[in-house]
Amino acid sequence: MSEHLLPIAVPATDIRGGFVTLLYKETLRFWKVSMQTVFAPVVTTVLYLMIFAHVLANHVEVFPGVAYSSFLVPGLAMMAALQNAFANTSSSMIQSKMTGNLVFILLPPLSPAEIVGAYVLASMLRGFLCGTAVLLVGAWFAPLPVAHPLAVVVFAMLGSASLGALGLVAGIYSDKVDQLSAFQHFVVVPLTFLAGVFYSVQTLPPVWQAASHLNPVFYMVDGFRWGFFGAADVSPWLSLAVVAACVAVVNGWAMLLLKSGYKLRH
Amino acid sequence: MSAAIAIEGLSKRYGSLQALDGVDLRIEPGEFFGLLGPNGAGKTTLISVLAGLARASEGRASVMGHDVVDDYRAARRHLGVVPQELVFDPFFTVRETLRIQSGYFGLRRNDAWIDELLDSLDLTSKADTNMRALSGGMKRRVLVAQALVHKPPVVVLDEPTAGVDVALRQGLWAFIGRLNRAGHTIVLTTHYLEEAEALCNRIAMLKQGRVVALDTTANLLRVARNAQKTVRLRLSGSTLPVALAARQPVRDGDAVTIPLGNYAELEQILAEVRQSGESVLELDVVQPDLQDVFMQVMTRH
Ligand SMILES: Nc1ncnc2c1ncn2[C@@H]1O[C@H](COP(=O)(O)OP(=O)(O)OP(=O)(O)O)[C@@H](O)[C@H]1O
Ligand SMILES: [Mg+2]
Repeated sequence: MSEHLLPIAVPATDIRGGFVTLLYKETLRFWKVSMQTVFAPVVTTVLYLMIFAHVLANHVEVFPGVAYSSFLVPGLAMMAALQNAFANTSSSMIQSKMTGNLVFILLPPLSPAEIVGAYVLASMLRGFLCGTAVLLVGAWFAPLPVAHPLAVVVFAMLGSASLGALGLVAGIYSDKVDQLSAFQHFVVVPLTFLAGVFYSVQTLPPVWQAASHLNPVFYMVDGFRWGFFGAADVSPWLSLAVVAACVAVVNGWAMLLLKSGYKLRH
Repeated sequence: MSAAIAIEGLSKRYGSLQALDGVDLRIEPGEFFGLLGPNGAGKTTLISVLAGLARASEGRASVMGHDVVDDYRAARRHLGVVPQELVFDPFFTVRETLRIQSGYFGLRRNDAWIDELLDSLDLTSKADTNMRALSGGMKRRVLVAQALVHKPPVVVLDEPTAGVDVALRQGLWAFIGRLNRAGHTIVLTTHYLEEAEALCNRIAMLKQGRVVALDTTANLLRVARNAQKTVRLRLSGSTLPVALAARQPVRDGDAVTIPLGNYAELEQILAEVRQSGESVLELDVVQPDLQDVFMQVMTRH
């Protein structure tokens, strides 16, 4: 080894390089096992689509002129996107904590904002891939208009940014995988299932309708669906406001945890 | 010039446990510094505070003049840490691991240095092997490479040779020695005290979160050697000459160990052996080593 390669001056660094690398690593992490992280959830969602569309096809017409199977596709796509965004950050964080390799990102000069940003963006990408795959398969099953493409993109992004950040928060709080999966099964899955994915909440009894309106995921699904059909249960602007607030609150929460070092830096 | 590492009044409590208790320490650039202490003394905790993995309860620390809290970005760019725990990311190969670590520090296209590290640490043939498939000693060497990937001026190694075989330990120290000669400040913890004795120019000993000894290695050894030497003799006869009995001999199999105040006493001891009509079959003057110094310091405090 030649000693001229060991300057004592710290090498010049690219200030955004750390963030870009963490984003790359978080993306590579799920992409290397995309059979489990993208393909498998898409297959599951498509099974829902086939079963529900078949069973209920002739029973309900939620919006005038929209077949039930068409109605179902955006809801399922959003559900896949949200659940996978959550799964990506939460599993990455809990695994790094359990194996101890989180030190590799705690030692470099990464700021809390860079860490949250990279984790959440990677989870959005996984959500985007899952959601898009469901939409593509769904469009083959049922006619799928796109009334407001921009709304589709915006709600998809904000929704997965919220659930991605929530996954990060849950991953930080959990000490064990069972705690995390409890959170996933008792909070995330019910919230997404009860967000009007399979039905319009207007068809529910008033009590349940009111309860649904307390569920932030409902607004993500409803706003997203408005982007396709131009019809929704509540105003898209209300949905946008709620979803934007979710992004801010949950990402802010994740930022605070990273800044304080809670459970990460002793 | 600012210290490589400056620690002032550093305390760290975990609940009611005082892991660090008012540590003051200044390590100059270019030093090869040893941080010794029994299990639980607080060595890893001290390193964790430097690295930003733990937060001090009181006091402050800086790396090359950069406060580890207020100016953590600069402090971390100047610091490379080999963690004590054998950790790795099973998703990646050795080279991917090093490229990614490099990227976290904002260094892309760092492959020339990565190749150099792989070569120096004897990992070239494993470059494209998944981390999972490496032996423990190899994983440890990848951790060393990861700590050096951003060419930090200050390198802290927390038991880097635990589980590394003899040949590779030698190789590792030769490499770390070269880094030190090139100007890198090296701080290491180890339970192999002969390693610390051979490598470190200065040593701090920690016990229950306090610095209980801090001096150059040479001074620590000199003081101990002036205070305490022994001579170990194996004699032709099986009974101990009467004249030696007054010297507080300690039987040691068929040999006997006698405390030695200074070298002049050796002459007298040999004369006493001759007068008793016996002869010396074997003779060793035993000097205290760092291990003895360590044991003394630990029992004294
Ligand atoms: N995260 C933690 N929570 C609670 N106590 C801790 C934590 N980390 C360390 N300690 C305690 O702090 C004390 C110092 O531990 P530390 O790991 O610094 O010792 P050490 O000198 O590195 O020991 P070893 O030689 O075994 O590595 C120990 O009593 C340990 O139990
Ligand atoms: Mg330790």
